[in-house]
Formats: sequence, C-alpha cells, structure tokens
Amino acid sequence: MHSVETFGAVDGPGVRYVLFLQGCPLRCLYCHNPDSWKLTDGKKTDSKRVFDDIMTYYSFIKYGGVTLSGGDPLLQPEFSSDILRRCKVIGLHTAVDTAGFAELEKTIKVLEYTDLLLLDIKALEDELCRKITGQSGERARAILDYCESVSKPVWVRHVIVPGLTLDYEMLAKLAEYLSGFKCIEKAEVIPFHKMGEYKWEGIGSEYTLKDTPAPTEEETEKARQIFASKGLKI
Amino acid sequence: MSYYNDEMGLYNADISVRDYIIKNYTPYHGGAEFLEPPTEATTKLWEKVSALMKEERARGGVYDVDTVTISGITAYQPGYIDKDLEKIVGLQTDEPLKRAMMPFGGIRLVHSSLKAYGKTMDKTSADVFKYRKTHNDGVFDVYTDEMKKARHAGIITGLPDAYGRGRIIGDYRRVPLYGVDFLINQKIRAKQQMEGQTCDEDYIRLSEELSEQIKALGELKELAQSYGYDISLGAKDTKEAFQWLYFAYLAAIKEQNGAAMSIGRVSTFLDIYAHRDLENGRYTEEEIQEFVDHFIMKLRMVRFLRTPAYDELFSGDPTWVTESIGGMALDGEPLVTKMSFRFLHTLENLGPAPEPNLTVLWSEKLPEKFKKYCADISIRTSSVQYENDDIMRDKFGDDYGIACCVSAMRIGKQMQFFGARANLAKALLYAINGGRDEKSGEQIAPEIEPIKDEILDYDKVMKKFDFIMDWLAGLYINTLNVIHYMHDKYCYERLEMALHDTEIVRTMACGMAGLSVVTDSLCAIRYAKVKPIRNEQGIAVDFEVAGEFPKYGNNDPKADEIAQMLVKAFMQKLKKHKTYRNSITTMSILTITSNVVYGKKTGSTPDGRKAGEPFAPGANPMHGRDEKGCVASMKSVAKIPYNYSEDGISYTFSIIPQALGKDEKSRIDNLVMLMDGYFGDCGHHINVNVLQREVLLDAMEHPEKYPQLTIRVSGYAVNFIRLTREQQMDVINRTFHEKF
Repeated sequence: MHSVETFGAVDGPGVRYVLFLQGCPLRCLYCHNPDSWKLTDGKKTDSKRVFDDIMTYYSFIKYGGVTLSGGDPLLQPEFSSDILRRCKVIGLHTAVDTAGFAELEKTIKVLEYTDLLLLDIKALEDELCRKITGQSGERARAILDYCESVSKPVWVRHVIVPGLTLDYEMLAKLAEYLSGFKCIEKAEVIPFHKMGEYKWEGIGSEYTLKDTPAPTEEETEKARQIFASKGLKI
Repeated sequence: MSYYNDEMGLYNADISVRDYIIKNYTPYHGGAEFLEPPTEATTKLWEKVSALMKEERARGGVYDVDTVTISGITAYQPGYIDKDLEKIVGLQTDEPLKRAMMPFGGIRLVHSSLKAYGKTMDKTSADVFKYRKTHNDGVFDVYTDEMKKARHAGIITGLPDAYGRGRIIGDYRRVPLYGVDFLINQKIRAKQQMEGQTCDEDYIRLSEELSEQIKALGELKELAQSYGYDISLGAKDTKEAFQWLYFAYLAAIKEQNGAAMSIGRVSTFLDIYAHRDLENGRYTEEEIQEFVDHFIMKLRMVRFLRTPAYDELFSGDPTWVTESIGGMALDGEPLVTKMSFRFLHTLENLGPAPEPNLTVLWSEKLPEKFKKYCADISIRTSSVQYENDDIMRDKFGDDYGIACCVSAMRIGKQMQFFGARANLAKALLYAINGGRDEKSGEQIAPEIEPIKDEILDYDKVMKKFDFIMDWLAGLYINTLNVIHYMHDKYCYERLEMALHDTEIVRTMACGMAGLSVVTDSLCAIRYAKVKPIRNEQGIAVDFEVAGEFPKYGNNDPKADEIAQMLVKAFMQKLKKHKTYRNSITTMSILTITSNVVYGKKTGSTPDGRKAGEPFAPGANPMHGRDEKGCVASMKSVAKIPYNYSEDGISYTFSIIPQALGKDEKSRIDNLVMLMDGYFGDCGHHINVNVLQREVLLDAMEHPEKYPQLTIRVSGYAVNFIRLTREQQMDVINRTFHEKF
C-alpha cells in the first residue's frame, strides 16, 4: 500500500476511507501521485490488517464507504478483491478508482465485490492516450464494455489539461461515446491541477507540465456542459 | 405576559430556570425557511458599528479609553450607538467601543495597558490605589520564590494573577424571569438562614459575599433605570426579555474584566417569550429577529482594556461571550428552538464574527434539519464551535453552559477557578535536565540527577518525568490557591455571583499544554533512538532522532495510549492536593492561541520540534504529523479520556471546501457525518474552519479587504486580521486537510 486518507469526500459518494495502493502501470504526464508508481516503494501489509484498520472508522464511513485508489488497485487484484470482499460482508459500500489498464479477467474478480467503478478515461484517441499515459486505452474500454454488460455502476472521470485534452471537439466525441453506456451514472470533468508537482522532484522524474496552466473555471464549466448536453450526469 | 401567568410550580420555592424552560419551551424540528433577513434599522445600525470598528483598528486596536472613571455597574451615564435605531440599549461605557478601567484585578496592568496606547490614568483615580489594594498586589504578597520562578520560566503560565479570572457565568436569565426584586429577596433570605451558625472564616466570607451580591443587584436596577427601564419585576414580552437579560450581562461586564465573560445558554429560554408573542400576535418574526440581531450586535461590541502582552497569549481581543445553543433535554427531546436558528442566523444577517462565541451542543439525536443548518453556517462562516452534549449532559444535566471555550458548568449552580495551564513539554525537559530550565539554565524544579545517557532510555526518562510532574502538580495547585483566595478577596464577582445559587459547586480548573509534543517525544524515545545534544552546562538543548516512531494523530494505539496515560497521570497528581474552598480539581487540554507563546518559551523537544516552534493548539496533533487524514486525527483526539479532563478537550479542524465535498449538499452532509462520527466516538470539542489557504494569505497582505474574516482557533473564534503576524503564520502552516 501507499497511504491512507481517512476522510475521502471526493472519491465516490459520502465520507470514505480511501486506501491508496502502491504501483501503477501508467505514467501519466499529469499524475499527482507519482510517488505511488513503483510497486516496490510501498509499505507491505495484508488485507486483514487493512480491513481491521477500516473497521475502526466504521461510524464515520457507514453511510459513505471504502474506495481503493492508487497507484492502481487493479495491479494487485487479489489483495484488492479480498479487502473489498471483507467490506461487503459487513455491508460497506465499495468503490475502485482505476485507469483500467488491466486484464479483464483479473479485473472481473475485483468487480465482483465492487459497488461502483470510478474509471478514469484519459483520452479516446489512442495516440493521445499513449502520449499521456504511455499505453493504449483499449483495456479501459473493454472494462467499460464489461460493466455495461453486467450493469455495474460506473463514474467516468476525465481530466482536462490545456494543450492535451482540453479540446472541445474531442470532448464532444468522448461525450458522444460515453452517452452510449447505460451503466455510466456520472461523468466527472476534473480540471488539471499542479498540487502534485513537488512529488515529481522526489522521484527524480521530469515534470513536463510545469508551464501548463490549470483550466479556468469557464473552460471547466464549458467542458462539463458538453458532457451534460449528451445527457451525461455531471 | 409575565411568568406569573405560567405554570410556575416552583416559583415560591427555589430558583429554577431549568424547570421553567422544560415546562414552557417548544422544540422545533423544522428548517431555516422561516428566518427573516435584516431589517433596515439593523442594516443601518450594523453599518454604524462596522464603521466604528474600522476606526478602532485604524487607531491601533483601541477606539478610546476612559482614563478617569473606575468602572462599575453604575459608573457611567447611559450611552448609545444610535438611540433611534437601537432596539436593545446599553453600553459598557458612555460611548460605543470606549474601554473602561477595571483596576481591581491589578492596577499595574491598567497602567501598562494605558501606556501601551499612549494614555495615562487620571491622577485622582490613580491615587485611590495608594490606599486600595488589588488582587494582583495580594497575590504577589503571598507568592513564594518557587512560584515566581516557575511562572517566570513559563512552566506554569497564563495565570489570572494580574487580571480578572473570568469563566464564571451569571445566570442572566433570572433577571427577565423573576425580576430583580425577587432575586434580592432570595439573597436576603439566604443570609437570614445562615444566622445561628458559628462565625468561622467560611461563614464570614459567605455572609460578606451575600451582602455584596445584594448591593450589586441594587446597582443593576439603577443601571436599567438610567436607560429608562424598571426591571424590579420580570419581563413581560420578548423585547423586555432581551433587554432585561442584556442589562444583567451588561452589569457583569461593567464590573469585571474577566478572561472569559460567557453569557450562558439563553437562546432557548428567550424562545419561550418569542413563541408566545408570535402566537398572540404581539410581535412578528421580523421584529423578533431584529431584537436578536441588535442583541448580538451588543455582544459583538464587548471590549476590555488589555495589554499587548495579553494579546500575545490570547490574540484578537477575545472576550469569549460564549452562548451554548441546542443540546438535548434529559427527557430525550431536543432543546433546539426557532431561537437556536435565529442566533446562528445572525452570522448571515450581520456577517461572520468571532463574538459571541456561538457554540452548538451536538448530539446525534438533534433534529436533522438543525444539524444541516449548523453545517451550512459553519461552511460559510467558520464561526461556530461544537461540543459533545451527550457526554456533558451525563455530568452536568441539561442546563449547563460553556464558559470560555470548552468548560461546561451548570448555570447558576457552578463556577470555576480558572487556572490557565502547565507546560508539560517543559516538564519533560526538566526531567531530562535535572530540574534546570533548558533556556536559562536556572534551577527551577528541585535538583535531581540529570540524565547523562548517550541515547535516552524510556523507563529512565519516565521515572524522572513522573517525579517532575508530581512536583509541578503540587506547585501548580498551590499557586492557584493563592490566586483565587486573593481574587475572592479583592476582585469578587458581585453581580455574576448574585445570579448564582448561594450554595454552589466550585471547580479548580487546571490545564495542560504540550500534550502532542510530549506524546510524540515519549514515542520517539521509546520507539526510535533519541540522542540529546548538550551544551557546556550539560543541558540538552537539542535532540537527534534516528528511526521511525508512532505519532499522535494517526489513530495509532501506540501513540494514543501514551497521550491517554499522560492525561490520566497528570490529573491524578493534581487531584492529590488540597484546593481553595474545597473546589473539585479538573483539567482542560486547551491552549487558545497561547500555543505560540508556549512554543517560544520552550527549548527543542525529543520529538524533533525545534526550540521556539509553536506547540499544536489544544489537543491537536502536531501539524504535518497526522498522515492518515482528518478522521484518523479525530479518532486520536477522541480517545483522550473526558473523565480525566472534564474541563474540556479542544480540537481545531481546518479543511478547504473542495476537500469536504464536491458540491454544497455533499459538503453539508459530509460535515454532519464527520461530527456525528467524532462525537459518537466521545470526542469533546471541535472547531470547524472551512477556508481556502489562499484567502488567509491574501488577508495577511490586504487586511482591509477582510474586515469580518473569522476563523476558529483552539476554543474560540478570532477576527483573522487581528491576530499577530506570527499567529497568522501558525494558523496557515497548521494542517489544512486538503487532499484530493
């Protein structure tokens, strides 16, 4: 694991215990947790210990729930699914926050105990997706298709970055694509921010978005309206 | 419509405001939709007051001082802001915001305060104190050398030995409910009933006090008379109830410059009048809100003459006009009324403000709509604090109020001897350094063998620390005994005590500073390697820490158990000592803004905190060390046992709006959830700030843009721009929970 946030109010509904897992297969240019990339950097623990810790917060999260984030929780499917399974036994709401770069078969095991998938769609265009993350977006789309087939609720998240994804035409295409899924309950536009910049220095990688501004409120609102105009809940 | 028409079963027996409330109030389960905006008169009047406050800031924080009159209940001619607009009248002096001299706590403090603002006391008035001794003189006649040294070194500090002790709540409701004549008769009867007892010291003191109380009540009537009101009998309607109650409070703040002059628990009481007047058509909702707004305006204008040194400890000119709102009755009904909403609504009608110190007594069982309204107001104004009604009701019944920040007491039946606090972080350093002060090198505590080890050993440190805490507890209680003996003798709160029962419970309210510093230090010594760096005198002036150690504020039992142990241990040691007037020893974990000054006076500590750096406020974890988010932090704080810290455990929570939730509704829901969770875990107190860090930074640079920016700091609220720069930085650097 990487760390814990015992008051997560923005990663799923209500007050949530957010467990950040260590390790991510992607290398997004705008990542705000680059210190969670390397699988070997984290703290060793086991699902029982994590669950015991979660339980001490029960009175706070009983109407919210637990979110696994990262890093990417799908990189450690057994660990993730066992934590989620334990949470489901006592009736806690569970969410998984992922970019979906994982094999579908392994993901399905995690989804079995997941009430809500928070799926980060980086870009619909494969070339752009590779530019941002280093990988194709195909696997994420496969997971979305699967969720549609089993009616698993999904909140799609999309980060808008000036110069990369803040392009109204592309946003319209993405909205069009997403509007075809009944399983998508919400499509969140997340404005790029630089609050993770200092962490890049810590891992010794170059932060290429130093000079990229955060989107303005108007730009963010316009992006949201594009989503809304296709019938997506924002 | 006076109480004579009510079912006042107990009228002829003892005074019981509580029974009157329970029999006559109307709980309200609805939402905020009934509330009215400010009237034209309110807006105009508030503009006038705001302009005066602006001028006050421009004049360096003090608008004006009357340097001739020695303040008292009837010392001043009536004063007004604008006689035609004011619905509730009465000022502390003859002009708004003009400060009065209240020298009986200490004449020296008055002289130095005046000097700080370029003024001098009128010679004739000053001459009075050639013949009249003050509380401060009395205390220093008795202080031992050891007490003086401990005080100077800052191991016990903030002591009320030069000014009014405060933290006494008169039951101001008794005046509108019974009228002053009845209260005087009660006191005369109490005095008569004492006859026949042996005239020992206790008897003589109490008898003299009752005589003083009776005189003060007479002066209260005179005060009202000077404004054209006769308050011999109870109030007949809402307007009178507000006015009568305010006169009673006004008399108290004319007489006493107490560190905290709290008003009690008046809102639900006042709703009884408002409910009746609304029903019979005497007043409209708009008119009632106007009374509330004007009353609150008056409470925002309470001023005392204090020194800049006092401001360093308790910054922002606080008066702690604490009003306790809500809570549950013993029968399980909420004590929330429409008046609870109206009081909070003043933060919308008049804008945010630090005073009065609005305090919501929280229970999970409070009406949901009220909880949400509180959360909404908190998010928008950062001006409200919350305390756990469920754990306090157990100990104090359902008619207690909060004095100052976190001190619960049964209203009119209990008072406290305010004892400021002992610096436990310094005590730990004394244990390591053989009782010598780490800053001056002076021997303050009894001489013991200093620890000379290369690496500190936990058991050895604990043994010596235990010895130092024993010494400190004894010295501390003795010092407080001296202070309160003299305060009773030379600066007795005549009017406030006249609004108490004759037989009352007294507590000796001690305090502890540096809880999180000491906890983390002991964790470091126990779980990591701590190497003292000693100067040529052999005093540990710094520490090298190698390795990881558990830290308080992460819901880690290893650290949290040490914190609990510390609180229990120090409380048990305090309890061993005999107290003045057989008061019950209690303790608080509260620093207000003095955590900055305590830090300044304390050398480097084994937790890695460097010399001079601030402590965390109250029971807060040290900033930057709570790594698991605010709920983990709250859980650690909630584990501090209230049974051993009955005078209160303060926790300050700051969060940026975006981290609290994505939209307004979820922010409100999440905040309610947080408070239900925290209080469900037996947390005692929480300050809630919902603010952008950038706003605070901007306010430091452009104070003129933020005249009303209010933030909550360890037990009270302050006007941010009136904090010292150092304290502003402390607030900004302190943990803001802002993870995305």
